[in-house]
Amino acid sequence: MQTKYLIIGSSHAGLTAAEEIRVHDAGGSLTMLTMEDCLPYSPTILPYIVEGKVEEKLIYLRDEKYFQEKNINFLKGKKVVNIDAKASKVSLADGSEIAYEKLLVATGGNPTVPPVPGLKEANYLVLQTMEDARKINEVAKNAKHAVVMGTGLVGMHAAEALGKKGLQVELIRGRRRAVLPNYFDSDAGKLIHQVFLDNGINCDLDKHVKEVESANGKSKVVLDSGEALETDLLVVGTGVKPRIDFLGDSGIQADKGILVDNMMKTSVENVWAAGDVAQAADFYGKEKVLTGILPDASDQGKIAGLDMAGDKAVNLAFDEIGGQAALSYRGGVSMNTFNFYGNKSFSVGLSLANEEDGYEIDTMSLPTSCMYQKLVFDGDFLVGAVGINVTLDPGILVNIIRLKIDLKDKKAEFASNPLDMSRRIMWDSWRGAINTAG
Amino acid sequence: MGNAYNTLVVYPEKCNGCGECEKACAKAKADSTDIVHSRIKVLKNLEDEYFGPVVCMQCGEPSCVKSCPAGALTKNPETGVVEWDEDKCVSCTICTLGCPYGGIYYNPLMSNVMKCDHCGGDPECVKVCEPKAIEYKTEANVYKDQGEREDLFAPGLAACLGCNMEILIRHTLRHVGPNTVLAAPPGCVPGIAVVGINGFTGTKVPSFHPLLTNTASMLAGVRRYYKHIGRDVQVLALAGDGGAADVGFQSLSGAAERGEEVLFVCIDNEGYMNTGMQRSGTTPYGSWTSTTPVGSSLPGKSGDQKYMPLIMLMHNCEYVATAVMAYMEDYHEKLEKAIQASKKGFAYLHVFSPCTTGWRYPQEKTMEVQRQAVATNTFPLWEYEREAEKFAFTHPVDNPTSMEDYIGMLGKFRHLSKEQIDHHRNTVATRINLLKAIAEEGIKPLKAAV
Ligand SMILES: Cc1cc2nc3c(=O)[nH]c(=O)nc-3n(C[C@H](O)[C@H](O)[C@H](O)COP(=O)(O)OP(=O)(O)OC[C@H]3O[C@@H](n4cnc5c(N)ncnc54)[C@H](O)[C@@H]3O)c2cc1C
Repeated sequence: MQTKYLIIGSSHAGLTAAEEIRVHDAGGSLTMLTMEDCLPYSPTILPYIVEGKVEEKLIYLRDEKYFQEKNINFLKGKKVVNIDAKASKVSLADGSEIAYEKLLVATGGNPTVPPVPGLKEANYLVLQTMEDARKINEVAKNAKHAVVMGTGLVGMHAAEALGKKGLQVELIRGRRRAVLPNYFDSDAGKLIHQVFLDNGINCDLDKHVKEVESANGKSKVVLDSGEALETDLLVVGTGVKPRIDFLGDSGIQADKGILVDNMMKTSVENVWAAGDVAQAADFYGKEKVLTGILPDASDQGKIAGLDMAGDKAVNLAFDEIGGQAALSYRGGVSMNTFNFYGNKSFSVGLSLANEEDGYEIDTMSLPTSCMYQKLVFDGDFLVGAVGINVTLDPGILVNIIRLKIDLKDKKAEFASNPLDMSRRIMWDSWRGAINTAG
Repeated sequence: MGNAYNTLVVYPEKCNGCGECEKACAKAKADSTDIVHSRIKVLKNLEDEYFGPVVCMQCGEPSCVKSCPAGALTKNPETGVVEWDEDKCVSCTICTLGCPYGGIYYNPLMSNVMKCDHCGGDPECVKVCEPKAIEYKTEANVYKDQGEREDLFAPGLAACLGCNMEILIRHTLRHVGPNTVLAAPPGCVPGIAVVGINGFTGTKVPSFHPLLTNTASMLAGVRRYYKHIGRDVQVLALAGDGGAADVGFQSLSGAAERGEEVLFVCIDNEGYMNTGMQRSGTTPYGSWTSTTPVGSSLPGKSGDQKYMPLIMLMHNCEYVATAVMAYMEDYHEKLEKAIQASKKGFAYLHVFSPCTTGWRYPQEKTMEVQRQAVATNTFPLWEYEREAEKFAFTHPVDNPTSMEDYIGMLGKFRHLSKEQIDHHRNTVATRINLLKAIAEEGIKPLKAAV
């Protein structure tokens, strides 16, 4: 088989890339592969599938009709096992080959499993694919007790979902002694932790897994303290790493993920990478980083698609900042929401920064009503924010951080009324941009 | 072709912070008096008293849609509205991270996100906004409707960059449709390849190139012939001001007076722009042209413009109207009436059509020049329907902007002295007063006079 554009992966990065390619090239043959057996979906939805908040059939991001209309050859159950960049073709697990002119690797990440003795051999489950969610639901049907390893996003989401299904849940941290340590400082983390405890999740951060034993289908999780937890369902959510096991000797350079430039190009001609699999520019530093979040996967996919379709406008559209193509990737800003037991929270930018590092921090905390707000300033610039149960527009804050808007004498007013001030700054800068463009 | 959509346009500088929009929205969306339910938010309580409504802009490429993991947000290709599906939403609020404008919010009372949906095409906030800081713009419908019709004009053309005529010709031909015979007398219309190059026409309807002098009479003959053999064919003239008001006037006047079933569009660029920018009868007072140069003894054209639309009205036509491309909805409404009228008698449309090359203004200002011409009453928009005995302004301008706003945009007026600008002001004032008198008096006495 032969195709002009080949996209491996049918999630956020792959889908936005395809959409963008079709904006510029309506006719070029486009093939999209997924190793899974279903229509495109977002891994982010999986905790809600486990919880039962929404049905699987409702949440697909595209249907067959879409692919027909856009003239995209969407192939399910096709797993890439090798890329031969010299010959411009990929090999699939079923033995077939697909030749491409331009290739996008958007394969996302695989869960990592910590080096706990006995864990690899144990009957554990992860939550990364729809198949994983189905398996968890299958096991959970007859389970009373679950152990969730990992207090990052996946672990926390999984614990709440299983708890709501009526299981007795034991949530155990990974390496770091905190909940959601990538997004929330310890004050915010404590508030979130408390809500989990109040809702019947056992989560003692002093507990740490020493080893796992398996006996007749059940797992026994042994802690450092010697305590042993026998469980029906063991879920591991301790992190993900890019899926790059098919690079072979393609010459595509990879570190933690596939290394890409600002147009998502890899080191090899006619190959791009985007999303969780890509290691790309950092918004803050010079080192390339993995971001692992959905909005970034979409942004990167768009840029890759634009570049793959060879839109000349990209190279023409330089802007004043650093002479970089205006639509190129400027590095992801950390951002996420975390909603738990009816509480809403978000974390954007350098949310973990503290005063010792020279940042100015403005916090407001009302633990009794589970409210927390943190604004991080670097001089007169907003660089990070956290909110738990406060009314703010996280997207506007992200944009203020991204555009590096100088708050100048408005900083104090911003700190005292961030909702209205951020909306106003957004409005002014947006209209300003329009005015200077016109 | 991409779709154009209706939009909610916000003018923060007009907002007075009254908050009526929020109340109306909360009432409409949640039957509540609590403005927490409002999808539109007014910025307020800021130290320097700044107000302004914030609302979803229904982006062309919405970030909220791209960052929704549940497929709960979609851009409706028909209406352009970014729609939210409650059944699919899992309330993860990642969409609120994606939107850089705060257009989608979390509503703690409903435990859901919410966003503006244009109230299905009749936004409540607009109705209650007294200072008109929110407007619902529906012009886009015109483009959508016309976009669905066949473009009867060649994809490539030889017009100057920024020329007003391409949009005029494409829209007009789409609207009149394929059952048309088009006449384009000498001027820019054939000059940009309408009647063709090397044996191919630029239109997908039969088009021909009459003389400057006989356009209306030839079309009258074409119409009569087709009628005679039992076919109802639309005949259309796209003529310049030379082909209508000057050289072409004799046959035009005759055809109108006889009530020939012709649709005659005069594209008035106020001079013979195609042949080197000579003055015409519609060239306004003081204009620079190549035959009314500006120097030590001549200050541009010394005489006044003749006001062709009223002259045509006095021919007792079925329909006469003035129009500009900058008010496209208005143009299409008039064009439709003109098409209907031309089945019974003569229909005349006078389109004010700025010329970037001959008038000397930047290419991208073609629409702005038209807006200013309307805003200063230099080119008032009106229509006359004979059967309905109706004469009415279609875009009345009660508080015209300063004449300098219009004159200052155009190179052909750059040399005007204060006295010359006053002369303009007076001409415009006299004309608008006359038109207002006609509108007030009604058309009956006028008809009697005819
Ligand atoms: C439980 C969970 C919760 C999350 N919560 C959030 C959140 O709250 N906020 C947030 O921003 N992000 C969250 N994420 C992360 C977010 O889902 C990812 O950042 C995003 O899905 C990345 O998109 P992607 O397109 O890069 O890759 P993925 O979504 O990982 O998709 C990879 C695609 O590649 C295909 N594929 C992989 N290997 C092959 C192969 N060899 N051959 C063929 N096809 C292959 C897969 O089938 C799939 O279609 C969460 C993730 C999980 C698992």
